[in-house]
Formats: sequence, C-alpha cells, structure tokens
Amino acid sequence: MGRLKTITRRTLLIGSAAVAGGVVFGYWRYKTPYENPLLAELTKDQVALTPYVRIDQAGITIIAPRAEMGQGIHTTLAALVAEELEVSLDDVKVEHGPASKAYYNGVMLEEGLPWSALDSSKTAENVRALTHVPAKMLGMQITGGSSSTPDAFIKMRKAGAAARIVLLQAAAKKLKLEAASLSTANGYIVAPDGSRLAYTDIAAMAAEIEPPRDPALKPQAEWKILGHSLPRVDMLAKCTGTAEFAIDMQLPGMLHATVKMNPKLGGEMLSYDASRAETMPGVEKIVPLAGGVAVIASNTWLAFKAADAIEFDWGDAPYPETSAKQFRVLEDAFQGSEDSQFRDDGDVDKAFADATIFEGEYRVPYLAHATMEPLCAVALLDEDRLDIWAGNQNPTQAVKEGAKITAIDAENIHVHTTLMGGGFGRRSEMDFIKLAVMVAKTSPGIPVKTTWSREEDMRHDTYRPPAIARFKAAVADGTAMALDLRISSPSVTSSAMGRLGIPAAGPDVAIVQAAWDQPYAIPNYRVTGFRPPEMLPISFWRAVGASQNGFFHESAIDELAHAAGTDPMEMRLSLISDDSSRKVLEAVARMSNWGAELAPGVGRGVAFVMSFGVPVAEVIEVADTPLGIKILKVFAAVDVGTALDPRNIEAQVQSGINFGLAAAINGEITVADGAVEQSNFHNYAVIRMQQAPAIEVKILENGDKIRGIGEPGTPPAAPALANAIFAATGNRIRELPLQKHIKFE
Amino acid sequence: MSTMQLVVNGKSREVDVPDDMPLLWVLRDELGIMGPKYGCGIAMCGSCTVHINGAPVRSCSIPASAVWGEVTTIEGLGTPAALHAVQKAWIDNQVAQCGYCQPGQIMSATALLAANPNPSDADIDTAMSGNLCRCGAYPRIRQAIKSAASELPELE
Repeated sequence: MGRLKTITRRTLLIGSAAVAGGVVFGYWRYKTPYENPLLAELTKDQVALTPYVRIDQAGITIIAPRAEMGQGIHTTLAALVAEELEVSLDDVKVEHGPASKAYYNGVMLEEGLPWSALDSSKTAENVRALTHVPAKMLGMQITGGSSSTPDAFIKMRKAGAAARIVLLQAAAKKLKLEAASLSTANGYIVAPDGSRLAYTDIAAMAAEIEPPRDPALKPQAEWKILGHSLPRVDMLAKCTGTAEFAIDMQLPGMLHATVKMNPKLGGEMLSYDASRAETMPGVEKIVPLAGGVAVIASNTWLAFKAADAIEFDWGDAPYPETSAKQFRVLEDAFQGSEDSQFRDDGDVDKAFADATIFEGEYRVPYLAHATMEPLCAVALLDEDRLDIWAGNQNPTQAVKEGAKITAIDAENIHVHTTLMGGGFGRRSEMDFIKLAVMVAKTSPGIPVKTTWSREEDMRHDTYRPPAIARFKAAVADGTAMALDLRISSPSVTSSAMGRLGIPAAGPDVAIVQAAWDQPYAIPNYRVTGFRPPEMLPISFWRAVGASQNGFFHESAIDELAHAAGTDPMEMRLSLISDDSSRKVLEAVARMSNWGAELAPGVGRGVAFVMSFGVPVAEVIEVADTPLGIKILKVFAAVDVGTALDPRNIEAQVQSGINFGLAAAINGEITVADGAVEQSNFHNYAVIRMQQAPAIEVKILENGDKIRGIGEPGTPPAAPALANAIFAATGNRIRELPLQKHIKFE
Repeated sequence: MSTMQLVVNGKSREVDVPDDMPLLWVLRDELGIMGPKYGCGIAMCGSCTVHINGAPVRSCSIPASAVWGEVTTIEGLGTPAALHAVQKAWIDNQVAQCGYCQPGQIMSATALLAANPNPSDADIDTAMSGNLCRCGAYPRIRQAIKSAASELPELE
C-alpha cells in the first residue's frame, strides 16, 4: 500500500539512530542476549538465575528494572516474575537493580511511528518489530511512554518461568526423581510424596544449569497473582516515612550542595560575586560551573542561603525573551512548510468549497513537571570509581554521562536508582545527575548530595512545549463532514534526543500525537503538524503530545457536535467504529447516566482520546456556582487489553486525571526577560484536596494487546472539563489554563 | 549559632545550629530524621508537616529556635512493626503512589482526626488542602481518612 512508500518519503524522527543500529549490528547480534548484569555484583552465597532473579540463603530478590515514580511498576513487574516462578510477593524482596543494557526497553520506539496503535496491518506490525532491533542496540534502560508493562509482559514472565525450570531440574537431580514428577508452590519444590525443598536450598545447584531461552508460559486462566489487585510492595515504607528517595540518602561524611544556574536557560554566566557567600558559616566551597555555580556546605539549608547571597551577571537567553514573542514564533511556523501530514482522508479542500465553514484557534502554554521531590542526586567519586544515587528514568544514560564527566570506565560507574518523588518525564533528563557528578568531582572521596531548591527546579525544567492549533470544520446531516486541524508546536523528541546525543531527523509524531491517529471516520479529515524551533528546553511531560492535542482535537469534535446539533456522545459513537474505543464511550455513558436531566447550572462534557494505544473516555460534571466552576464528578473508562492489577490501574487513571485537571485549570509557565516567571507553588498552582473531584473508573479488557496506563488518563481531562464548562455556561474556552477565562471555586 | 534542646519523637536532642535554621533542615540534615520532606520551603506544599505538641506545623517555615513543644515526625507516629491507625488506613486503602508527600499527608490527617474524630468532606478539604499531592492520590487520601475515622475506637 501507499504506507510503505510513505515510510521512505518520511524519514522518521527516531529513524536515523534506529536504522543505523539495525544496519551496523545485524540481526544475529539482536538475537544474542545481553550478559546477566547481576553476575558481576554477586556476593558470596548469592546466585542469579536470570537477570531478574537473585537468590541467597536469606531469600529471593526480584529485579524490577524500571523507575518507580509512583505508578506502581515495581509491584507489577515483580508480579510478572512471581507468577511464573511460583512465589508469593509477600516472600520476596523487590529491587530496581543495576544500570544495564540487559534491561533495555524494547518497545519504546514503537510510539514514535506514524502508524496508529489500532493499525494491525502486516506493514504496521513489521515496522513495529523492526524498531525492536535498534531499541536493543541502543540498550537504553528507559522508563516512559507507558511502555514498561507491555515491554515486560512476556520477557519478565519468561524470566520467572526459566528460573523455575532450572530450580526444578536441580531439585530433580538432588532428589533423583524425574523433573516432570515435581511441582512448585510458594517458593518450594514439592515432591510426589509431599516433601518440600526450598528454592533457597537448591538455588546454587540451579545456577549451574543453563536456563531455557524460550520457556512456556502459564495460560492466563491459571494466573494466581496477575489479574488481581495486589498490595504495593512499596506501600508500607511509603506510609511510615522509611521509603528512601535520593533526597533521603545519608552517607558517612556527606556534604550538601545546591546549584544556581542561569535562569535564562542555556545562557552563559558572565561573572559572579560570591564574596559574601564565601564567608557564611558552614560554606565549604563555591564552584563555578558552565552557566552557573554550585555551593557546597555542611547542610542543605546553608547551601541554599549561600547560593541566594551570590550576585550574578547572567548572559542572554538564546531564544525570544517573552511568552508573547515565543507564541509569535509558533504562529509564524504555520506559514512555513509542514512537518507532517499523517492523516489526509477524503478531500478537505473540496469539502470546504461548498460548505459553511467555522473555525477557531486553540492555545496551550508551557508546563512544568513540578515533581514533589525537587531534583536531587548524590555522587561519590573515589579514585577510579563513581557512584551515583538518583531517582532517574534512564540509568544507562546516567552511566554514559558520568563517564563523559569523569573519564572513568563505564564498568566502574555504579548507578543506584532510588525511589522517585514523582517523575512525569522529568527524571528522564540528565541535567541534575550531570551537575551532581560535576560537583562531586570537585570533592574526590567525599559523597556530595546536590539538591535543587524548588525555585531552581521550577525555573530550570525541561518543559511541556506550548502549542497552537487552528481548526476549520464543516457539518452536514447532523454530523461532522470535514475537519482540518493544524498544530504548531516545537519538537519534544528532537529537543530531548539532542540532549542525549542521538541524531534525530524527519517529522516528529509527538507534534500531532493523539490528533492524527484518532479512530474517527470523518469523511474529510486532515491533520498537519508544523514545527517551530525549540526555544525553552522541552521534554516528555506525562502523555507528551497527547497532553495538548487531546484538548485541541476533542474540543474541536465537541464544537462540531454542537454545530451539527447532535449530542456530543452520540456523535462520537456514530463516527467511531473501533470496538474497544466504542466500548469505553458506551461504558462512560452508562456510568454517568449520560443524557439524564441535570440541575440548573450543571453541565457535562465528554472527551475521548486514544493515546499509547489505550482508548480512554471521560465524562466530567461541573456546576456553575456563584463562587465559580466546581467539578462535581469525573467518570472514566479505559481499555488496557489485559488488566494486571486493577486497583493500581484505577489509581493511575485517577492520578492521570488529576494531573490533567491541575494543568487545565491552573498550569502555566510564562517567560519574561528570558527567564521563567513562576518559581514555586504559590505562582504555579496545582490541584489541591478541595478541588479534587471524586473519580469513578471502569477498566475494560477488549483490546488485543496489553497496554500501559501511566499516561493515557491525562489527555481527556482538559477537553472533558472545557466541554463541561461550555455545556454549563455556554462559554467555549479555547485557551489553557482555563482560570484565565473563568473563575473556579 | 546556638545550642538548643529539642524533644523529637520522645527523645531529647541537642543541636548547635543558627537560630534561623528551619526545623525541617535540623531534623533532616542534623538529626538524620528523613520522614519530613522538603517540597517548597515556603509552607505551600505540606510535605514537611510534623506535629508540635500535636498540632500540625510546616517544619520548613519555623525556625528550630522557635519550636515551643515536643516534635513528632512520621517516624514517631508509628513504625512498620507498630503502625498507627491512620498509617494502617493508608495501607488498607493503598493510598501512596510516589509516596513523597505521604508523611506530610499522614501527619495532617492524624492531627485532623485527633481534633475531629468524624470529619465531614468539608472538614477534610479544610484540613488537607495545605498538603499537595502531584500524583493526585486525593480520592484515596479522603477514603483513608474516612476509614480511619470509622475505626476510631482504635485511635487512642
């Protein structure tokens, strides 16, 4: 089909690095497994049966090598291994484990392809499979893109199954019985006579046996752990103050540092005067860095205070210095050539020629990640060894960055990935780790914790980019006849890949993510991406392009429904034929009793967004009160294909919705004089208890593939809220944050 | 600098710190009590909430020299082996996600329930709105407070 031709025409943004990986290394190398990284770190009496299972006399440890930033991934990944290994989660320890290519994310590059998640054609599946080769060669142990569960679903169950098989074989040898006569339960081998042998007692023997590469997996009907709501493995620690985040690291002799970098991001430091700071008690050292300074002190508060006492002469920002000027750059990009046009159904121009057209422009601002734990990392450079403790989403990259700064060999760099006080994409960036290593390099032999103040964190983020969307539309016969959506937004992918040193050329799917690939059968339907230059550094923010495009697309669909005089839920159902997408809409309509009469001043909005392969429908009910808009209730239905841990999925959907609502109501980062104006939670407000609605979640499993749910709950929240406000007040708000245009209670 | 006595989690501690050093940093960097968290430094997020004589206080914004009573942190409320009823409710309701704000949330909730054993939704809004949760775990925080309240005979 035309599709194949279009791949050659459009070099994918992720493509250049990807293709190089495949060509250089070849398929044979792809099929060769990476070495088990646990083997190099075993202490006496420990064995590692696979990269995910370590056993010693004290018990069994499962390695869950993805960033635990709140999404519950350590529990879900451990459950995958435990299910096949036949151990109870209560009886195992779960650790993140070392940084290693063996823990590469194999499916993450799929999201960057211009094939809709619903496209299961042979071409689409072949290209998806092709991305697995460069994903392995890049060997990036990255957490993001709601990809951890789909990536691990088979490989970590196989790791559990393989470990169980070698344990069985070892037991058979020891007991002089046929392996087939033995069974396993709760960490024990069970012999035909009922006698039991603990895994821990035969692990050493089992480690001598080569584990099978492709063990059979249990059928889903036999799952005992997966598919059930599990107590999170990190819950007890997190409710008792004993969970250890990077900011909680305590090492003997540790010093405390902070950084103060040019708030005109990427600008130079022309000069600084630290004469006052240097004399402050407790200040050990003030160290100039590229673009700022670090203060090393005996405690964090002193470091903050001393940093505030330094006077700086900052160089200019390498971008237009106000928000207004930056938005003009986005406007100008519409005049330039297109970045992508992955959807062009029917003939939009012809359809518009004979129709009454209506149009509108939507805007969203920059957003900060604002994780609750400000950025922080600890580093210790000791002769020819570097240790880094950091909550981070990309530990293999942290090794590379550490090597570049210190010239220490990668095998002598140890990244200890701690729990994360929120991530949302921010901790896939390396800036805070690099700065911590640079600081530690100035104090060899002494561990140094580098903590950013909230102000530094807020004003030196890699932000969610701003975007403008312009739509034209026409209706006929009570439904959408034509929709032309044009989106201008800087490329997150090239900004982030650029910082990782990975070449990126070609169109960026993220610019039009969740706009071009939605399952609506509008007869004349075109989505075009435009790419203004990067200004502030930008990066992955929960749901990435879908976080803004869901708002643009679903607001436009709502405008179409109202113009057509059709109920917005009905119109969506009439235009969507994909079965699992229809079912989330039908479910949310049932849950919310859509169509029921509402009290005066109460309105409801619906939005549907498929992102990361997960169709999500949300209905939000608001009241227009004398004090402002009040969110009364949120209903959400999601389809993850296979639900491994329903209670955790519910938590993630609620979390994603509150994250989306916070941004929709209040979220705005603005630029003046080249610097970000917001600095803390007083001027970057996020949702609080009194605004947070009750959220009812329904989980469906009609999709054909297992999907991750960390992000897909977020995109429909803003449009469902804006559509509800329109229903309640008649006020169609086309710019976020909404509080610029309407008051909230 | 001055030497001061603090009673933290029932133990008397002596510290030698500047008069204006916030309690939060004395707890964390001087005493190694890491449960109270740094989130904003300006009493806007509640991650640092501790009790002083049972009242919830943002420890980032009170100098240690101004502490007027006994300090209780999440570590002094209950331990993994001996949970406080509110911590148990938090676990039963699987509240925490990233968990960073939860020590502060639990300290605020405990103070609320001590003063008001049967809080309404509006009471919960008022008492808890000083505690931010970027994971948006608010529905379960509310649920856990209600379930702790219903088990109140277990609260001392």
